[in-house]
Amino acid sequence: MHTSSTLVLILAVFGASSVEMVEALTIVVAAGVSRSWRSALTGAATAVVVLALLVGIIGVPLIHYVPIDTLRIVVGALLLVLGLSWLRKAILRASGHKAPHDEDKIYAETVSELSAGSGSSPGAVTTSDSSASPTPTSTPASSKQRDGVAFAVAFKGVFLEGTEVVLIVVSLGASQGRLGVASLSAAAAALVVTAVGIAVSRQLSEVPENAIKTFVGIMLTSFGVFWVGEGAGVHWKGSDLAILVLIAFFALVTAGAVKGMRRLAPGKSL
Amino acid sequence: MTLLKRSLQAFGHFWWDFLIGDTPEFALATGIIVALAFLLRHHLLAASILLPLVTAIFLLASTYRGRLRAGPENADTEAQTPQTS
Repeated sequence: MHTSSTLVLILAVFGASSVEMVEALTIVVAAGVSRSWRSALTGAATAVVVLALLVGIIGVPLIHYVPIDTLRIVVGALLLVLGLSWLRKAILRASGHKAPHDEDKIYAETVSELSAGSGSSPGAVTTSDSSASPTPTSTPASSKQRDGVAFAVAFKGVFLEGTEVVLIVVSLGASQGRLGVASLSAAAAALVVTAVGIAVSRQLSEVPENAIKTFVGIMLTSFGVFWVGEGAGVHWKGSDLAILVLIAFFALVTAGAVKGMRRLAPGKSL
Repeated sequence: MTLLKRSLQAFGHFWWDFLIGDTPEFALATGIIVALAFLLRHHLLAASILLPLVTAIFLLASTYRGRLRAGPENADTEAQTPQTS
């Protein structure tokens, strides 16, 4: 395995994890500010432990018991679905056809719901079924008390955002036999985002999320095409270096798509 | 409803959303690309050109379709569902 593909693996996992962790941080900070920091952080830490266990439970057997070509096709297919989906959203956002992900808005809504006590149902805050009726049964706790709502909201936020990270870590890590490296990259991203979040004591709305998402989407799509080909028996010219060619190709396609889509959105700008 | 049933439903719902969701064309694209890879495994040049090209065509077509669907009235939907990145 070439150093270049390992580097690309690290960057892809780090980027994907950073994006997801920024989104999770927004929810954790909102739960901490409005309810209880201790419970919010405990919830977030518990979710991280569960996610790490998932990586071990799913990833290790994959490496040891599934034939490598089968694994690469399945992994490649998953990466293609995920990467194309990220790229599509990123292009639509960059070209002004879709609103950017607004961490400030999510933060304000979450704090408002939790502070008022009317959003005590965790599902009302972090899931798409926001139509579920809230259950105003609990009240904000002091920072030293245990607060089930803060715990549940933080746990759910981190767990949901982290699930895609687990998929990416297991997919990329297992297919290259680099599960440890992929896991460490994800952990490093989580640590960096958490450290920055603590340092600034708020959600990270200034992170260029769409740019990172575009970058990661290009990488995931490139890896997806590469692994599907490898798994099916296509021997790419230049071996792993072909990944870099695929990355360059999809970067060009993405840039062209953003440019073209901007033309179709008169009056809109970034 | 038992915890097991709810868990299975949530698991199934997650995978449905992940693989199909609002972009079923990507599931179709993936199936086609896998089939194409098997068909062209002994034709390196054709595979090297067609696999990325077909992927790009599906991406562009889906994005164009997304432009038609994600009009200004739907622009805020994404920001209201934090778990969908």
